[in-house]
Amino acid sequence: MSKITINIDGKEVQTQEGEFILNAARANDIFIPAICYLTRCSPTLACRICLVEADGKQVYACNAKAKDGMNITTTTETIEKERRAIMEVYDVNHPLQCGVCDQSGECELQNYTLLMGVDSQSYAIKDVDRSSHDWGHIHYDPGLCIVCERCVTACKDMIGDNSLKTVPRGADALNADYKAEMPKDAYAMWNKLNKSVIGLTNGTDVLDCTSCGECASVCPVGALVDTHFMYTSNAWELNQIPATCGHCSAGCQISYDVKHGSIDNPEDKIYRVMNEWNYVSLCGAGRYGFDYQNADAIKDEEAFNGAVEAFKKADTIAFTSTITNEEAYLLQKMKEKFGYKLVNSEAKAFQTFLNEYSKISGTKLYGSDLEKVHTTNFIVSVGSALKTDNPNARYALNNSLTVNKGAGLYFHPVKDPIIEGLAKSIMTVTHAPLQEEVALYLLLDLFGDKEKLPKDIVNYLASFHSEKTVTVTETIREKVIEKVIEKKVNEETGEEEEVEVEKSKMVPKKVSKEVVVDDNKLLEILGADDKFMETLEKNLKKKETFALMVGPDLYSHPNARNLARLVALVEKYSKFELVMIPALTNTLGVSLICELDDAKGSSTIGYNTDGDFVLSGLGDGDLDMPAINQQEGTLTSINKRVNPTNAAIGYNGYELNDIANALGFDAQNVIDYTAKLPTMVGFKAEKFDNLPNHYENDGTEVRGYVLENVAVQADDDESVDKFSDDKLEDCIIYSANPVRQFTAFTQKTTNLHEKSGVYMSEEYLSSSDFNEGDSVKVKTVNGELTATVVSDNKIAGSIVVLPTFDKKLNSEALFDGYRFSKASIEKV
Amino acid sequence: MNMEAFNDRNVADNGYFLVDIEDYPTDGWGKFKRVVKRSFKGELFVGLWVVMREMIRFDIHTVQYPQEKMPIGPRYRAIHEMKRLWESDTERCIGCGLCEKICISDCIRIDTKIDENSRKEVSEYTINLGRCIFCGYCAEVCPELAITHGGEYENASDQREHFTMYEDMLTPLDVMKAGKQLEFEGFGSITPHEDERVKKTPLAY
Repeated sequence: MSKITINIDGKEVQTQEGEFILNAARANDIFIPAICYLTRCSPTLACRICLVEADGKQVYACNAKAKDGMNITTTTETIEKERRAIMEVYDVNHPLQCGVCDQSGECELQNYTLLMGVDSQSYAIKDVDRSSHDWGHIHYDPGLCIVCERCVTACKDMIGDNSLKTVPRGADALNADYKAEMPKDAYAMWNKLNKSVIGLTNGTDVLDCTSCGECASVCPVGALVDTHFMYTSNAWELNQIPATCGHCSAGCQISYDVKHGSIDNPEDKIYRVMNEWNYVSLCGAGRYGFDYQNADAIKDEEAFNGAVEAFKKADTIAFTSTITNEEAYLLQKMKEKFGYKLVNSEAKAFQTFLNEYSKISGTKLYGSDLEKVHTTNFIVSVGSALKTDNPNARYALNNSLTVNKGAGLYFHPVKDPIIEGLAKSIMTVTHAPLQEEVALYLLLDLFGDKEKLPKDIVNYLASFHSEKTVTVTETIREKVIEKVIEKKVNEETGEEEEVEVEKSKMVPKKVSKEVVVDDNKLLEILGADDKFMETLEKNLKKKETFALMVGPDLYSHPNARNLARLVALVEKYSKFELVMIPALTNTLGVSLICELDDAKGSSTIGYNTDGDFVLSGLGDGDLDMPAINQQEGTLTSINKRVNPTNAAIGYNGYELNDIANALGFDAQNVIDYTAKLPTMVGFKAEKFDNLPNHYENDGTEVRGYVLENVAVQADDDESVDKFSDDKLEDCIIYSANPVRQFTAFTQKTTNLHEKSGVYMSEEYLSSSDFNEGDSVKVKTVNGELTATVVSDNKIAGSIVVLPTFDKKLNSEALFDGYRFSKASIEKV
Repeated sequence: MNMEAFNDRNVADNGYFLVDIEDYPTDGWGKFKRVVKRSFKGELFVGLWVVMREMIRFDIHTVQYPQEKMPIGPRYRAIHEMKRLWESDTERCIGCGLCEKICISDCIRIDTKIDENSRKEVSEYTINLGRCIFCGYCAEVCPELAITHGGEYENASDQREHFTMYEDMLTPLDVMKAGKQLEFEGFGSITPHEDERVKKTPLAY
């Protein structure tokens, strides 16, 4: 990609070769109207309003690529006419319900209608029945829909659910006279618009997707609306609080839209969550799981004194990673001052993994981030249930597959129909649990630079290769000459007689051949299918940039250290750029800031987790704490970014800082610690109030700051252990959440009501004697629990998934660190 | 815009004239002289005599409020009313919230929700009459001519905040049935001959 200069309306503009004109203009604050185009997605060409003149030719700015020296005029008289006619067409039969529409003025149809000066209408068509549909969490009103297909594009190119499509509208054909009367593009656009409305791909009238709600957020009019938000508030009444989503490690930019609860209740309430949908896509938890605040907390002095006493007595603080960097820093300072043990097993595992990785890579952190994954074209994921561990990682994968013509390779023991459904170019390998090492060895084998890789690894890898002779059946076309008897009229006699004619034909013929091929035993161990190498070769064509995403399965793996070293080797000796998916919201921040211990002492304070004295943002502990949406602070995301978040909802109780102050610390607000976060590990001495939280017009993320990837002393030792042959078989349980759930905080919200229980795939349910709703006892060597069976069509295969979002279920007790475990399940 | 009317400051031509008013005294002596002059001129008794005279004559022009009330002009802006549709007797208010937005004294609040027919429903509506300055913006902005001002001006209250609810402002059904709902002629009402100015949209029916 090289820099080029183009000229838009007399302004010299620098851009990348191959960039769309629209994006180049937007990045330089030049306005070109456009409705259907979504940044990061492929052009839809539905609205045709982005018409511009490039070197004297009319092109669509959203799909015409900039060439060096191009001269672009954004408006000419004919273009103005086209645009006005297009807006007129959009207004035909559009209900005049702006007063009750949920878009309440944030409407692109309204904006462009006014901008193009549409004050009268010259065209008409008979309307058809377009009554509204309740699609579950989304409400669709085809009457308001302008069929820009932005929802379809977002669902396909970004989210990957492919749940929406255009369906026939059933309208009359346009009046034939219009073809001559109307501007050309306006007519063509109307002709298409008149034939379609939006419908569901699953054939029912209820959405069955991962329920992210991105379709409603990108809708330029009020056609798609979140059902929970319908008619509850006008947009202009809502106060937008810039924040960072606190549910997973993606750290998405969001804004909480806040207004007083009702006439009777002046307390603030969050009505909805909005995002900069051109540059960030939310998941269902981020969009709908917003009211997890600890609402009824009060300053309970007795409980507070109890807490201070408990802190004086305790020797351990156990906590989860759903806390801010500042709180993590405060806990670390408390440890330094009072000698507490800090226990957080999940962050500890990640910390150990990172440290082991650093020993080979020589950097504190992994090299890449999700933003880069969006632009790569070959992506491998190992050890993560991608769609639920970090939905944004899934979006990045899908975006690369659909928009960059990328390909992907997904290693995971749990079969995932959602991942398999992203695109044709994704290959999934369902290996046995505990075999993640083999997957990484396979990556080294397939992509590693064998000349630079340590010799013993090369030799070890070579030991899996053998030559084998296989019989291949090929189809070749063979020339066959056959004699056919034809009837011909003899010219001399004029009589018909039979003549033998020789005819040659090409006939396909199957030939068996013996071929010597390379046999890779690693593939067999992983259970990859026979066509794996063939498909991979096809998928690897024209691929230049590679990304590897590794997930939480590896951090808690019994051989985590070896896996970390393998991951570092893959990054070092292949083209793969590495991203690690932290398991929880601020796992990365906690593992950088806190020195964590393994074992608890005799008296424990639990922060959002069990202990002898429990501080809880959920409101179920001995002392109330604020939830993430009630706090100021920073969260460290998977993109190695320290993102600021603000308090959306008031909080009337005590917070960790108050306890710290009572114990001899001195900070008015917890954000006083933002500037003190350790620079040694990459944080910056930046005050909280100076941290920005927005996106630029060209998509540049101006949020907080990016952690410096500090160099650390690397070992010369690059040895790795051979993979262990252990694997789990038979009945296996996996610790993961269903879509839209992450923690007890997401469970608390009113709009997310996923059932808690034992998740089984439909495939497994039909082949076993369990039925949905059965009460079953799940037993492992570590413990047992009884819960109801929930059928989940977002997983496949026979592995049973136990969610962690339900504290009551306490599924963690069944696992011994590693996310998979052997279990026995029986009906009770 | 033609600024001529604003730039012509020659008031004499318009029938206005300057009143001959004595200059105010500026120094202490002047002020003293004025006090003495006013005290002994007997102006006070002139006024008292008028009162006395009228009292004896029993020819009183004062309106005997509250027994007697003056008729209120159709454009008078007193306590708000919520109108009903002539066609169906249902409420005109669609819950768009524009009155809430435009209210400069921030005294209108409106709660809406989705009703069982998937339509927007106003679940609660209040105006804090203690804050309301009766500017008429709400009536002017209302796209449905739903909220208007009425003639009811007696809203004295023993509390600074006092609220009126939607039901109180709504035209009672019996009044509506009797066809006695009055259209407001003030702010926000339709100007005469409005339909002559409307450009018709082509329809394919």
